Amino acid sequence: MPTPRTLYDKIWDDHVVRTDEHGTSLLYIDRQLVHEVTSPQAFEGLRLAGRKPRRPETHLAVPDHNVPTTDRHLGITDPISRIQVEALEANCREFGIQLFDMADKRQGIVHVIGPEEGFTLPGITMVCGDSHTSTHGAFGALAFGVGTSEVEHVLATQCLLQRKSKSMLVSVDGELGRGVTAKDIVLAIIGEIGTAGGTGHVIEYGGDAIRALSMEGRMTVCNMSIEAGARAGLIGIDEKTIDYVRGRPMAPQGELFEQAAEHWRSLNSDPGAEYDRVVHIDAASIRPQVTWGTSPEMVLPVDGSVPDPAEIADPVKAGSYRHALAYMGLTPGTPLAEIPLDKVFIGSCTNGRIEDLRAAAEVARGRKVADSIKLAMVVPGSGLVKEQAEAEGLDRIFTEAGFEWREPGCSMCLAMNADRLEPGERCASTSNRNFEGRQGQGGRTHLVSPAMAAAAAIHGRFVDVREEGA
Amino acid sequence: MPIKPFENFRGAVLPLDRANVDTDAIIPKQFLKSIKRTGFGPNLFDEWRYLDRGEPGQDCSNRPLNPDFVLNDPKYADATILLTRHNFGCGSSREHAPWALADYGFKVLIAPSFADIFHQNAIKNGLLPIVLDEAIVDRLFQLATDSDEPLTIDVDLQNLTLDADGHGTIEIDIDPFHHHCLIHGLDDIGLTLTHADDIAAYEARRQNEAPWLFA
Ligand code: SF4
Repeated sequence: MPTPRTLYDKIWDDHVVRTDEHGTSLLYIDRQLVHEVTSPQAFEGLRLAGRKPRRPETHLAVPDHNVPTTDRHLGITDPISRIQVEALEANCREFGIQLFDMADKRQGIVHVIGPEEGFTLPGITMVCGDSHTSTHGAFGALAFGVGTSEVEHVLATQCLLQRKSKSMLVSVDGELGRGVTAKDIVLAIIGEIGTAGGTGHVIEYGGDAIRALSMEGRMTVCNMSIEAGARAGLIGIDEKTIDYVRGRPMAPQGELFEQAAEHWRSLNSDPGAEYDRVVHIDAASIRPQVTWGTSPEMVLPVDGSVPDPAEIADPVKAGSYRHALAYMGLTPGTPLAEIPLDKVFIGSCTNGRIEDLRAAAEVARGRKVADSIKLAMVVPGSGLVKEQAEAEGLDRIFTEAGFEWREPGCSMCLAMNADRLEPGERCASTSNRNFEGRQGQGGRTHLVSPAMAAAAAIHGRFVDVREEGA
Repeated sequence: MPIKPFENFRGAVLPLDRANVDTDAIIPKQFLKSIKRTGFGPNLFDEWRYLDRGEPGQDCSNRPLNPDFVLNDPKYADATILLTRHNFGCGSSREHAPWALADYGFKVLIAPSFADIFHQNAIKNGLLPIVLDEAIVDRLFQLATDSDEPLTIDVDLQNLTLDADGHGTIEIDIDPFHHHCLIHGLDDIGLTLTHADDIAAYEARRQNEAPWLFA
């Protein structure tokens, strides 16, 4: 009997080119996504060394971080952002890499367009100079973020030097309650294991509640693996995975697809496979989550209250709590539901897909954004998500409620373009990071699900979405 | 990019007493618009270090400094070793973070843990991240802050030890491959390309097993 293997073991074994005497492997990388922020220095490195991409057809590039979400036809007004986007275009032309430019309706956030185009495939290794590459693990692909030197390394060699990580199984058992979403699952997991809980590990998500998620939901969970400290998240392949990929423009077609699907079905952890760590979470116990601090692990159910650092024994942790409360302008004991908000952001690679917009629109339908909210914006994850949402009339639901309906991109997830918080402004956001200054210097971010964000826009404060319009 | 060999080295310690320092804090996103690898040092920890909002391309020498931030304490002006708390470098994969740390002048980073991608990026840029037990890190924080003089640490990369101003030798543990790269300063793309035959053989085999990846 062969030793039972995890899904991670199987993908790893399929991609090892060689392993040296130190135990470091040369790992073959099947696909790379490229964006404007982390690639210019990699292309420059190739140029300086006189190197060429080994397989240019395995890379797909798109500008997303810097692009404006309004008045696209005017181009990018910020000259420095424009140089970066133009550098991407010039580099792709020079090195023969396919690019979806800003005018292309397929343009969008790298982690939204990869799956959408069928560029992301089950069982592959995939990297991008972006930590949320973990998103693609939802397809049973080993996908992780790399730095710019490694972007260059993959361009030049189609390989990376890697040591195998440890493995962790996070099993979310049972059924989710009504109104509780993939975002709440992953925030609850991070609350449980901490932002360093997955360091050095690849997390595989299993259990009934994960199986029951749509592909969009699975992407949301895998997306935030990095916030749990893990470089990659993985979910076993089932018919849902295969059905999602079938017929996508860059996916294999016809006979070749069936052949691939046959192989993909074997990509699940074997019964009895061992993990270095196993965590069980009871799905039924998860309530809608809201972060209160400046790290994703500073998270509580919406009916909770801001914690008191004086009650924390560990001095380093108490210190971080104090810093976080000062930055967030919060007082211990305040119920999360009483925190007034200034802005609402629905979008990002965590929650900018069609299903997320449907969930938010469901809450917003026929209602109005509270007068106290200065700006509530919806930013679709890609041009195709935008088109689909418009075909379903979601844009009208949003605009009639008083939300702004924008062009696709990263937008206020990291505020590299014009969309940002002013100092002291407080935002309910469906993105993935609540770090200091992430959405604008001095800005205060609370991470929530799309439905929770929409409800927060309507009420001007957090409410338990399970009590909305039932 | 080839990196310079890392030699044994002696430096002063700057204690940054915060856990979970993320790469957005190390180098805020507005500086990511650069298409170069250098020049990020003046904007290292920009939002903590200055009282105004930093913009790319600006002259930082006249900006108002935050007197409460440790980087602005004259005692640590010459520090080349950054001592910090767990999960340093979490968040975004931006290599601009190690570029900024190196450009500022840091050579060695000491913490109870580092985020994975940051750790990898640091090594690629000739920075040495050293993981030490929480208790030892606590002790180093004490030594670094107790006296009016900065704490000096000697790092011996041949023997894998460090010495804190005569307070005893501490063993350090470094991945053997990283160790090899640091002391030899290898260009790892060049190194990988020496295995071009293996890569080609892998591709030929894989093309049979998974033809849809080559279509
Ligand atoms: S949406 Fe946010 S997290 Fe996702 S790729 Fe863009 S900036 Fe990064």
